[in-house]
Amino acid sequence: MSSTSPLELEGPRGTTSLRARAHPLAPASRQRALLDALDLSRAPHRGDFALSLSASEQGILRPVAIEIVQINVGKLCNMTCRHCHVDAGPDRAAEQMERATVEACLDALDRSGAHTVDITGGAPELNPHFRYLVEGAVARGKHVIDRCNLSVLLLPRSRDLPEWLGDRGVEIVASLPHWRRRGTDSQRGEGTFGASIEALRRLNAVGYGRGDSRKRLTLMANPVGAFLAGNQTSLEREWKDGLGREHGVRFDRLITLNNMPISRYLEWLESSGNLHAYMETLVRAFNPATVSDLMCRNTISVSWDGRLFDCDFNQMLEIPIVGEDGRPMHVRDLDAGSLLSRRIATGRHCFGCTAGAGSSCGGSLA
Amino acid sequence: MRPMLEWPREEESMAAGYYNRDHLPHFGDIAEGGGDLAKKFFDYYGAVFAAGALTEREKALIALAVAHAVQCPYCIDAYSHECLQKGSDLEEMTEAVHVATAIRGGASLVHGLQMLEHVKKASM
Repeated sequence: MSSTSPLELEGPRGTTSLRARAHPLAPASRQRALLDALDLSRAPHRGDFALSLSASEQGILRPVAIEIVQINVGKLCNMTCRHCHVDAGPDRAAEQMERATVEACLDALDRSGAHTVDITGGAPELNPHFRYLVEGAVARGKHVIDRCNLSVLLLPRSRDLPEWLGDRGVEIVASLPHWRRRGTDSQRGEGTFGASIEALRRLNAVGYGRGDSRKRLTLMANPVGAFLAGNQTSLEREWKDGLGREHGVRFDRLITLNNMPISRYLEWLESSGNLHAYMETLVRAFNPATVSDLMCRNTISVSWDGRLFDCDFNQMLEIPIVGEDGRPMHVRDLDAGSLLSRRIATGRHCFGCTAGAGSSCGGSLA
Repeated sequence: MRPMLEWPREEESMAAGYYNRDHLPHFGDIAEGGGDLAKKFFDYYGAVFAAGALTEREKALIALAVAHAVQCPYCIDAYSHECLQKGSDLEEMTEAVHVATAIRGGASLVHGLQMLEHVKKASM
Protein backbone atom coordinates (compact mmCIF):
# COMPACT_ATOMS: atom_id res chain seq x y z
CA MET A 1 0.00 0.00 0.00
CA SER A 2 1.07 3.53 -0.60
CA SER A 3 2.58 5.51 2.21
CA THR A 4 1.63 8.72 0.44
CA SER A 5 0.08 11.34 2.64
CA PRO A 6 -2.16 14.04 1.18
CA LEU A 7 0.35 16.64 2.41
CA GLU A 8 2.84 15.44 -0.16
CA LEU A 9 0.27 15.84 -2.88
CA GLU A 10 -0.11 19.57 -3.06
CA GLY A 11 -1.61 20.21 -6.46
CA PRO A 12 -4.24 22.34 -8.14
CA ARG A 13 -7.78 21.65 -6.99
CA GLY A 14 -10.80 22.10 -9.22
CA THR A 15 -13.09 20.32 -6.78
CA THR A 16 -13.03 17.36 -4.39
CA SER A 17 -13.92 13.79 -5.23
CA LEU A 18 -17.52 12.58 -5.34
CA ARG A 19 -16.44 9.97 -2.83
CA ALA A 20 -15.09 12.57 -0.39
CA ARG A 21 -18.32 14.53 -0.64
CA ALA A 22 -20.45 11.38 -0.28
CA HIS A 23 -22.17 12.61 -3.44
CA PRO A 24 -25.16 10.53 -4.62
CA LEU A 25 -23.35 9.91 -7.92
CA ALA A 26 -20.27 8.42 -6.22
CA PRO A 27 -21.39 4.79 -6.78
CA ALA A 28 -21.05 3.67 -10.42
CA SER A 29 -24.48 2.04 -10.22
CA ARG A 30 -26.07 5.46 -9.66
CA GLN A 31 -24.24 6.87 -12.66
CA ARG A 32 -25.44 4.03 -14.89
CA ALA A 33 -28.98 4.47 -13.59
CA LEU A 34 -28.92 8.22 -14.29
CA LEU A 35 -27.76 7.67 -17.89
CA ASP A 36 -30.27 4.88 -18.50
CA ALA A 37 -33.16 6.92 -17.11
CA LEU A 38 -32.63 9.91 -19.42
CA ASP A 39 -35.48 10.47 -21.82
CA LEU A 40 -33.76 10.46 -25.21
CA SER A 41 -36.92 9.55 -27.13
CA ARG A 42 -36.36 12.44 -29.57
CA ALA A 43 -32.86 11.25 -30.42
CA PRO A 44 -32.12 8.65 -33.11
CA HIS A 45 -32.88 5.08 -31.92
CA ARG A 46 -34.10 6.63 -28.67
CA GLY A 47 -30.48 6.85 -27.54
CA ASP A 48 -30.02 3.09 -27.54
CA PHE A 49 -26.35 2.44 -28.39
CA ALA A 50 -26.90 -1.17 -29.45
CA LEU A 51 -29.59 -0.06 -31.89
CA SER A 52 -27.42 2.72 -33.33
CA LEU A 53 -24.63 0.19 -33.70
CA SER A 54 -26.77 -2.46 -35.38
CA ALA A 55 -28.02 0.12 -37.86
CA SER A 56 -24.42 0.93 -38.83
CA GLU A 57 -22.37 -0.97 -41.39
CA GLN A 58 -20.35 -2.87 -38.76
CA GLY A 59 -23.53 -3.89 -36.94
CA ILE A 60 -21.65 -5.23 -33.96
CA LEU A 61 -18.49 -4.53 -32.00
CA ARG A 62 -16.16 -7.46 -32.51
CA PRO A 63 -12.91 -7.69 -30.55
CA VAL A 64 -9.70 -8.00 -32.55
CA ALA A 65 -6.29 -9.17 -31.34
CA ILE A 66 -5.11 -7.26 -28.27
CA GLU A 67 -2.72 -4.47 -29.23
CA ILE A 68 -2.84 -2.35 -26.10
CA VAL A 69 -3.03 -3.28 -22.45
CA GLN A 70 -4.15 -0.24 -20.52
CA ILE A 71 -3.32 -0.53 -16.85
CA ASN A 72 -5.04 1.78 -14.41
CA VAL A 73 -2.74 1.61 -11.40
CA GLY A 74 -5.03 3.51 -9.05
CA LYS A 75 -7.28 6.45 -8.31
CA LEU A 76 -4.78 8.45 -6.26
CA CYS A 77 -4.06 11.85 -7.83
CA ASN A 78 -2.48 15.11 -6.72
CA MET A 79 -5.19 16.94 -8.66
CA THR A 80 -8.99 16.93 -8.53
CA CYS A 81 -10.16 18.03 -11.98
CA ARG A 82 -13.82 18.83 -12.45
CA HIS A 83 -14.20 16.58 -15.49
CA CYS A 84 -12.42 13.49 -14.12
CA HIS A 85 -14.18 10.29 -15.18
CA VAL A 86 -12.18 8.33 -12.58
CA ASP A 87 -13.25 10.46 -9.58
CA ALA A 88 -9.56 10.50 -8.70
CA GLY A 89 -8.03 12.70 -6.02
CA PRO A 90 -5.68 12.89 -3.05
CA ASP A 91 -8.25 11.10 -0.89
CA ARG A 92 -8.21 7.95 -3.04
CA ALA A 93 -5.00 6.53 -1.56
CA ALA A 94 -6.47 3.13 -0.74
CA GLU A 95 -7.22 2.18 -4.34
CA GLN A 96 -3.69 1.54 -5.57
CA MET A 97 -2.41 -1.43 -7.52
CA GLU A 98 -0.28 -3.67 -5.29
CA ARG A 99 3.01 -5.27 -6.29
CA ALA A 100 1.48 -8.74 -6.74
CA THR A 101 -1.06 -7.34 -9.21
CA VAL A 102 1.69 -5.45 -11.04
CA GLU A 103 3.54 -8.78 -11.35
CA ALA A 104 0.36 -10.39 -12.67
CA CYS A 105 0.05 -7.59 -15.25
CA LEU A 106 3.63 -8.11 -16.40
CA ASP A 107 3.04 -11.87 -16.72
CA ALA A 108 -0.14 -11.16 -18.67
CA LEU A 109 1.75 -8.92 -21.10
CA ASP A 110 3.66 -11.95 -22.31
CA ARG A 111 0.41 -13.76 -23.06
CA SER A 112 -1.48 -10.77 -24.45
CA GLY A 113 0.36 -10.23 -27.71
CA ALA A 114 0.05 -6.47 -27.09
CA HIS A 115 2.70 -4.13 -28.45
CA THR A 116 1.78 -1.24 -26.14
CA VAL A 117 1.34 -0.78 -22.41
CA ASP A 118 -0.70 2.29 -21.57
CA ILE A 119 -0.33 3.25 -17.90
CA THR A 120 -2.99 5.48 -16.43
CA GLY A 121 -4.66 6.43 -13.15
CA GLY A 122 -5.22 8.74 -11.12
CA ALA A 123 -1.72 10.01 -11.44
CA PRO A 124 0.04 6.72 -12.22
CA GLU A 125 3.42 8.11 -11.15
CA LEU A 126 2.13 8.19 -7.55
CA ASN A 127 1.82 4.43 -7.39
CA PRO A 128 4.88 3.11 -5.50
CA HIS A 129 5.30 0.35 -8.11
CA PHE A 130 5.04 2.66 -11.13
CA ARG A 131 8.75 2.52 -12.02
CA TYR A 132 8.82 -1.25 -11.52
CA LEU A 133 5.91 -1.61 -13.92
CA VAL A 134 7.55 0.64 -16.51
CA GLU A 135 10.87 -1.24 -16.25
CA GLY A 136 9.10 -4.58 -16.61
CA ALA A 137 7.11 -3.49 -19.65
CA VAL A 138 10.16 -1.92 -21.31
CA ALA A 139 12.17 -5.08 -20.65
CA ARG A 140 9.47 -7.01 -22.52
CA GLY A 141 9.97 -4.78 -25.54
CA LYS A 142 6.66 -2.97 -25.19
CA HIS A 143 5.97 0.60 -26.18
CA VAL A 144 5.08 2.25 -22.88
CA ILE A 145 2.77 5.22 -22.44
CA ASP A 146 2.59 7.28 -19.24
CA ARG A 147 -0.68 9.24 -19.02
CA CYS A 148 0.62 12.21 -17.10
CA ASN A 149 -1.24 15.14 -15.55
CA LEU A 150 1.97 17.26 -15.83
CA SER A 151 1.68 18.88 -12.38
CA VAL A 152 2.75 15.60 -10.78
CA LEU A 153 6.17 16.17 -12.36
CA LEU A 154 6.67 19.19 -10.09
CA LEU A 155 6.41 17.14 -6.88
CA PRO A 156 9.80 16.70 -5.19
CA ARG A 157 9.63 12.92 -5.62
CA SER A 158 9.32 13.34 -9.40
CA ARG A 159 12.36 15.54 -9.93
CA ASP A 160 14.25 12.90 -11.88
CA LEU A 161 11.20 11.42 -13.59
CA PRO A 162 11.33 13.22 -16.97
CA GLU A 163 14.88 12.03 -17.58
CA TRP A 164 14.14 8.58 -16.16
CA LEU A 165 11.17 8.12 -18.49
CA GLY A 166 13.11 9.51 -21.44
CA ASP A 167 15.96 7.06 -20.87
CA ARG A 168 13.45 4.23 -21.23
CA GLY A 169 11.72 5.56 -24.34
CA VAL A 170 8.41 6.08 -22.55
CA GLU A 171 5.88 8.16 -24.47
CA ILE A 172 4.26 10.82 -22.32
CA VAL A 173 0.63 11.60 -23.03
CA ALA A 174 -0.05 14.74 -21.06
CA SER A 175 -3.45 16.24 -20.30
CA LEU A 176 -3.90 19.86 -21.27
CA PRO A 177 -7.44 20.98 -22.09
CA HIS A 178 -6.38 24.18 -23.82
CA TRP A 179 -3.18 25.90 -24.81
CA ARG A 180 -4.47 29.08 -23.19
CA ARG A 181 -4.76 29.59 -19.46
CA ARG A 182 -8.45 30.15 -18.90
CA GLY A 183 -9.85 26.80 -20.01
CA THR A 184 -7.13 24.78 -18.36
CA ASP A 185 -7.45 26.44 -14.96
CA SER A 186 -11.23 26.39 -14.97
CA GLN A 187 -11.33 22.64 -15.58
CA ARG A 188 -8.28 21.42 -13.69
CA GLY A 189 -7.91 23.98 -10.89
CA GLU A 190 -6.38 27.43 -10.43
CA GLY A 191 -2.65 27.40 -11.16
CA THR A 192 -2.78 24.25 -13.30
CA PHE A 193 -1.82 26.03 -16.48
CA GLY A 194 1.32 27.57 -14.99
CA ALA A 195 2.30 24.23 -13.46
CA SER A 196 1.67 22.46 -16.76
CA ILE A 197 3.86 24.90 -18.68
CA GLU A 198 6.67 24.45 -16.14
CA ALA A 199 6.36 20.66 -16.43
CA LEU A 200 6.39 20.87 -20.24
CA ARG A 201 9.57 22.96 -20.08
CA ARG A 202 11.21 20.31 -17.91
CA LEU A 203 10.16 17.64 -20.41
CA ASN A 204 11.51 19.72 -23.30
CA ALA A 205 14.76 20.19 -21.37
CA VAL A 206 15.43 16.44 -21.30
CA GLY A 207 14.57 16.02 -24.99
CA TYR A 208 10.83 15.37 -24.98
CA GLY A 209 8.72 17.00 -27.69
CA ARG A 210 11.56 17.59 -30.14
CA GLY A 211 10.76 15.01 -32.77
CA ASP A 212 12.73 12.16 -31.16
CA SER A 213 10.54 9.07 -31.48
CA ARG A 214 12.04 7.69 -28.25
CA LYS A 215 10.93 10.77 -26.36
CA ARG A 216 7.53 11.42 -27.79
CA LEU A 217 5.46 14.07 -26.03
CA THR A 218 1.78 13.93 -26.88
CA LEU A 219 -0.71 16.46 -25.57
CA MET A 220 -4.25 15.35 -24.97
CA ALA A 221 -7.00 17.94 -25.16
CA ASN A 222 -10.58 17.52 -24.10
CA PRO A 223 -13.34 20.12 -24.30
CA VAL A 224 -13.79 22.48 -21.38
CA GLY A 225 -17.55 22.20 -21.29
CA ALA A 226 -20.56 20.52 -22.87
CA PHE A 227 -19.42 20.27 -26.48
CA LEU A 228 -17.46 17.87 -28.64
CA ALA A 229 -13.73 17.88 -29.25
CA GLY A 230 -12.48 20.06 -32.09
CA ASN A 231 -10.63 19.05 -35.23
CA GLN A 232 -7.44 17.34 -34.09
CA THR A 233 -5.27 18.23 -37.07
CA SER A 234 -6.27 21.85 -37.18
CA LEU A 235 -5.96 22.31 -33.40
CA GLU A 236 -2.52 20.72 -33.40
CA ARG A 237 -1.24 23.41 -35.75
CA GLU A 238 -2.71 26.18 -33.63
CA TRP A 239 -1.48 24.69 -30.37
CA LYS A 240 2.05 24.22 -31.67
CA ASP A 241 2.07 27.78 -32.86
CA GLY A 242 0.50 29.17 -29.66
CA LEU A 243 2.52 27.23 -27.10
CA GLY A 244 5.72 27.86 -29.02
CA ARG A 245 5.12 31.57 -29.50
CA GLU A 246 3.84 32.41 -26.03
CA HIS A 247 5.68 29.91 -23.83
CA GLY A 248 8.56 28.50 -25.86
CA VAL A 249 7.14 25.00 -25.32
CA ARG A 250 7.27 22.22 -27.91
CA PHE A 251 5.41 18.95 -28.28
CA ASP A 252 5.16 16.23 -30.91
CA ARG A 253 1.44 15.75 -31.49
CA LEU A 254 -1.96 16.65 -30.17
CA ILE A 255 -4.79 14.20 -29.68
CA THR A 256 -8.35 15.22 -28.85
CA LEU A 257 -11.02 13.29 -27.07
CA ASN A 258 -14.59 13.83 -25.99
CA ASN A 259 -15.54 14.03 -22.34
CA MET A 260 -17.39 10.97 -21.13
CA PRO A 261 -20.58 11.31 -19.11
CA ILE A 262 -19.07 9.50 -16.13
CA SER A 263 -18.20 10.48 -12.54
CA ARG A 264 -17.36 14.14 -12.04
CA TYR A 265 -18.06 15.19 -15.64
CA LEU A 266 -21.46 13.54 -15.28
CA GLU A 267 -21.93 15.44 -12.03
CA TRP A 268 -21.07 18.71 -13.78
CA LEU A 269 -23.38 17.97 -16.73
CA GLU A 270 -26.24 17.30 -14.37
CA SER A 271 -25.68 20.23 -12.00
CA SER A 272 -25.16 22.72 -14.85
CA GLY A 273 -28.33 21.61 -16.65
CA ASN A 274 -26.36 20.35 -19.65
CA LEU A 275 -26.82 16.60 -19.27
CA HIS A 276 -29.81 16.07 -21.51
CA ALA A 277 -28.60 18.31 -24.33
CA TYR A 278 -25.08 16.84 -24.19
CA MET A 279 -26.34 13.27 -24.40
CA GLU A 280 -28.61 14.24 -27.31
CA THR A 281 -25.61 15.85 -29.00
CA LEU A 282 -23.57 12.67 -28.58
CA VAL A 283 -26.37 10.46 -29.88
CA ARG A 284 -27.11 12.69 -32.88
CA ALA A 285 -23.40 12.86 -33.69
CA PHE A 286 -23.09 9.05 -33.87
CA ASN A 287 -20.60 8.41 -36.66
CA PRO A 288 -20.60 4.85 -38.03
CA ALA A 289 -17.13 5.44 -39.50
CA THR A 290 -15.69 5.45 -35.97
CA VAL A 291 -16.90 1.97 -35.05
CA SER A 292 -14.16 -0.06 -36.71
CA ASP A 293 -11.46 1.86 -34.79
CA LEU A 294 -13.04 2.00 -31.35
CA MET A 295 -10.41 1.28 -28.72
CA CYS A 296 -12.50 -1.36 -26.95
CA ARG A 297 -11.81 -3.64 -29.91
CA ASN A 298 -8.01 -3.81 -29.59
CA THR A 299 -7.50 -2.78 -25.96
CA ILE A 300 -7.89 -4.54 -22.64
CA SER A 301 -8.22 -2.39 -19.56
CA VAL A 302 -6.98 -3.56 -16.16
CA SER A 303 -8.16 -1.99 -12.90
CA TRP A 304 -6.05 -1.34 -9.80
CA ASP A 305 -7.38 -4.56 -8.28
CA GLY A 306 -6.61 -6.60 -11.40
CA ARG A 307 -10.04 -6.96 -12.97
CA LEU A 308 -10.40 -6.82 -16.76
CA PHE A 309 -12.61 -4.38 -18.65
CA ASP A 310 -13.31 -3.47 -22.28
CA CYS A 311 -12.08 0.09 -21.64
CA ASP A 312 -11.27 2.54 -18.86
CA PHE A 313 -14.80 3.96 -19.10
CA ASN A 314 -16.47 0.58 -18.54
CA GLN A 315 -14.00 0.20 -15.69
CA MET A 316 -15.21 3.36 -13.99
CA LEU A 317 -18.84 2.37 -14.54
CA GLU A 318 -18.05 -1.05 -13.04
CA ILE A 319 -19.00 -3.07 -16.12
CA PRO A 320 -16.36 -5.82 -16.03
CA ILE A 321 -15.51 -8.49 -18.59
CA VAL A 322 -17.20 -11.61 -17.31
CA GLY A 323 -15.76 -15.07 -17.85
CA GLU A 324 -17.63 -18.23 -18.81
CA ASP A 325 -18.23 -18.90 -15.12
CA GLY A 326 -20.13 -15.62 -14.89
CA ARG A 327 -17.50 -13.98 -12.68
CA PRO A 328 -15.40 -10.90 -13.47
CA MET A 329 -12.17 -11.89 -15.15
CA HIS A 330 -8.84 -11.12 -13.49
CA VAL A 331 -5.59 -10.19 -15.20
CA ARG A 332 -4.19 -13.51 -13.90
CA ASP A 333 -6.67 -15.22 -16.22
CA LEU A 334 -5.94 -13.04 -19.25
CA ASP A 335 -6.05 -15.26 -22.29
CA ALA A 336 -5.76 -13.49 -25.61
CA GLY A 337 -7.53 -16.28 -27.49
CA SER A 338 -10.64 -16.53 -25.34
CA LEU A 339 -10.94 -12.73 -25.07
CA LEU A 340 -11.40 -12.64 -28.83
CA SER A 341 -14.79 -14.27 -28.45
CA ARG A 342 -16.02 -11.96 -25.70
CA ARG A 343 -18.97 -9.67 -26.13
CA ILE A 344 -17.93 -6.04 -25.65
CA ALA A 345 -20.26 -4.43 -23.12
CA THR A 346 -21.85 -1.17 -24.24
CA GLY A 347 -24.17 1.48 -22.89
CA ARG A 348 -25.19 5.06 -23.49
CA HIS A 349 -21.76 6.34 -22.43
CA CYS A 350 -20.37 4.65 -25.58
CA PHE A 351 -21.88 7.46 -27.66
CA GLY A 352 -18.99 9.54 -26.29
CA CYS A 353 -16.52 7.50 -28.36
CA THR A 354 -18.59 7.41 -31.56
CA ALA A 355 -19.59 11.08 -31.68
CA GLY A 356 -18.30 13.32 -34.44
CA ALA A 357 -14.75 12.49 -35.38
CA GLY A 358 -14.78 9.76 -32.74
CA SER A 359 -12.79 9.60 -29.55
CA SER A 360 -10.35 7.25 -27.89
CA CYS A 361 -7.28 7.23 -25.68
CA GLY A 362 -5.38 7.54 -28.96
CA GLY A 363 -7.36 10.59 -30.09
CA SER A 364 -9.95 11.04 -32.81
CA LEU A 365 -10.85 8.10 -35.05
CA ALA A 366 -12.51 9.17 -38.28
CA MET B 1 -44.62 50.34 -21.88
CA ARG B 2 -41.52 48.37 -21.24
CA PRO B 3 -38.20 50.22 -21.43
CA MET B 4 -36.64 49.96 -24.88
CA LEU B 5 -33.63 47.97 -23.78
CA GLU B 6 -35.55 45.15 -22.12
CA TRP B 7 -35.87 41.95 -24.14
CA PRO B 8 -39.36 40.47 -24.41
CA ARG B 9 -39.90 37.66 -21.93
CA GLU B 10 -39.75 34.26 -23.58
CA GLU B 11 -43.45 33.48 -23.21
CA GLU B 12 -44.35 36.86 -24.72
CA SER B 13 -42.03 36.42 -27.66
CA MET B 14 -43.22 32.87 -28.21
CA ALA B 15 -46.81 34.05 -28.18
CA ALA B 16 -45.94 36.72 -30.71
CA GLY B 17 -44.12 34.16 -32.84
CA TYR B 18 -40.75 35.91 -32.76
CA TYR B 19 -37.42 34.33 -31.92
CA ASN B 20 -38.52 30.83 -31.09
CA ARG B 21 -35.44 28.91 -29.89
CA ASP B 22 -36.82 25.80 -31.55
CA HIS B 23 -36.53 27.38 -35.00
CA LEU B 24 -32.77 26.98 -35.11
CA PRO B 25 -32.62 23.15 -35.17
CA HIS B 26 -35.39 23.23 -37.78
CA PHE B 27 -33.68 25.73 -40.07
CA GLY B 28 -33.72 23.12 -42.83
CA ASP B 29 -37.53 23.23 -42.90
CA ILE B 30 -37.20 26.42 -44.96
CA ALA B 31 -36.91 24.02 -47.93
CA GLU B 32 -40.64 23.36 -47.66
CA GLY B 33 -41.49 26.38 -49.74
CA GLY B 34 -38.60 26.06 -52.19
CA GLY B 35 -36.23 23.12 -52.07
CA ASP B 36 -33.91 24.18 -54.88
CA LEU B 37 -33.04 27.53 -53.38
CA ALA B 38 -32.65 26.01 -49.91
CA LYS B 39 -30.31 23.37 -51.27
CA LYS B 40 -28.23 26.00 -53.05
CA PHE B 41 -28.07 28.07 -49.90
CA PHE B 42 -27.12 25.22 -47.57
CA ASP B 43 -24.57 23.82 -50.02
CA TYR B 44 -23.02 27.26 -50.29
CA TYR B 45 -23.20 27.73 -46.53
CA GLY B 46 -21.41 24.42 -45.93
CA ALA B 47 -18.72 25.28 -48.46
CA VAL B 48 -18.17 28.70 -46.91
CA PHE B 49 -17.43 27.22 -43.50
CA ALA B 50 -15.15 24.41 -44.69
CA ALA B 51 -11.46 24.92 -43.95
CA GLY B 52 -9.71 26.81 -46.72
CA ALA B 53 -7.22 29.63 -46.52
CA LEU B 54 -8.85 30.26 -43.13
CA THR B 55 -9.32 27.49 -40.57
CA GLU B 56 -12.79 26.41 -39.45
CA ARG B 57 -12.01 27.97 -36.09
CA GLU B 58 -11.16 31.34 -37.61
CA LYS B 59 -14.31 31.27 -39.73
CA ALA B 60 -16.42 30.49 -36.67
CA LEU B 61 -14.91 33.51 -34.87
CA ILE B 62 -15.74 35.75 -37.83
CA ALA B 63 -19.27 34.34 -37.87
CA LEU B 64 -19.60 35.04 -34.15
CA ALA B 65 -18.57 38.65 -34.66
CA VAL B 66 -20.92 39.10 -37.62
CA ALA B 67 -23.74 37.45 -35.63
CA HIS B 68 -23.37 40.26 -33.09
CA ALA B 69 -23.20 42.92 -35.76
CA VAL B 70 -26.43 41.70 -37.35
CA GLN B 71 -27.81 40.92 -33.86
CA CYS B 72 -29.06 37.47 -34.77
CA PRO B 73 -29.81 35.48 -31.60
CA TYR B 74 -29.88 32.21 -33.53
CA CYS B 75 -26.44 32.86 -34.96
CA ILE B 76 -25.09 33.97 -31.58
CA ASP B 77 -26.20 30.69 -29.99
CA ALA B 78 -24.98 28.63 -32.92
CA TYR B 79 -21.56 30.27 -33.20
CA SER B 80 -20.93 30.52 -29.47
CA HIS B 81 -21.25 26.74 -29.47
CA GLU B 82 -19.30 26.37 -32.68
CA CYS B 83 -16.42 28.57 -31.50
CA LEU B 84 -16.04 26.55 -28.29
CA GLN B 85 -16.15 23.31 -30.21
CA LYS B 86 -13.56 24.55 -32.68
CA GLY B 87 -11.22 25.31 -29.81
CA SER B 88 -11.68 29.01 -29.10
CA ASP B 89 -12.01 30.28 -25.56
CA LEU B 90 -13.98 33.07 -23.91
CA GLU B 91 -11.21 35.64 -24.27
CA GLU B 92 -10.87 35.08 -28.00
CA MET B 93 -14.64 35.12 -28.47
CA THR B 94 -14.98 38.30 -26.45
CA GLU B 95 -12.31 39.97 -28.57
CA ALA B 96 -14.20 38.92 -31.69
CA VAL B 97 -17.37 40.55 -30.35
CA HIS B 98 -15.42 43.73 -29.63
CA VAL B 99 -14.18 43.76 -33.22
CA ALA B 100 -17.82 43.74 -34.36
CA THR B 101 -18.64 46.42 -31.82
CA ALA B 102 -15.72 48.62 -32.91
CA ILE B 103 -16.74 48.39 -36.56
CA ARG B 104 -20.35 49.14 -35.73
CA GLY B 105 -19.34 52.03 -33.53
CA GLY B 106 -16.80 53.25 -36.04
CA ALA B 107 -19.38 53.07 -38.79
CA SER B 108 -21.52 55.50 -36.84
CA LEU B 109 -18.70 57.71 -35.78
CA VAL B 110 -17.14 58.08 -39.22
CA HIS B 111 -20.45 59.56 -40.38
CA GLY B 112 -19.65 62.30 -37.90
CA LEU B 113 -17.33 63.70 -40.57
CA GLN B 114 -20.37 64.36 -42.73
CA MET B 115 -21.93 66.12 -39.76
CA LEU B 116 -18.70 68.05 -39.27
CA GLU B 117 -18.58 69.18 -42.89
CA HIS B 118 -22.21 70.23 -42.72
CA VAL B 119 -21.68 72.17 -39.52
CA LYS B 120 -18.58 73.88 -40.89
CA LYS B 121 -20.35 74.91 -44.06
CA ALA B 122 -23.49 76.06 -42.30
CA SER B 123 -21.81 77.87 -39.44
CA MET B 124 -20.09 81.22 -39.29
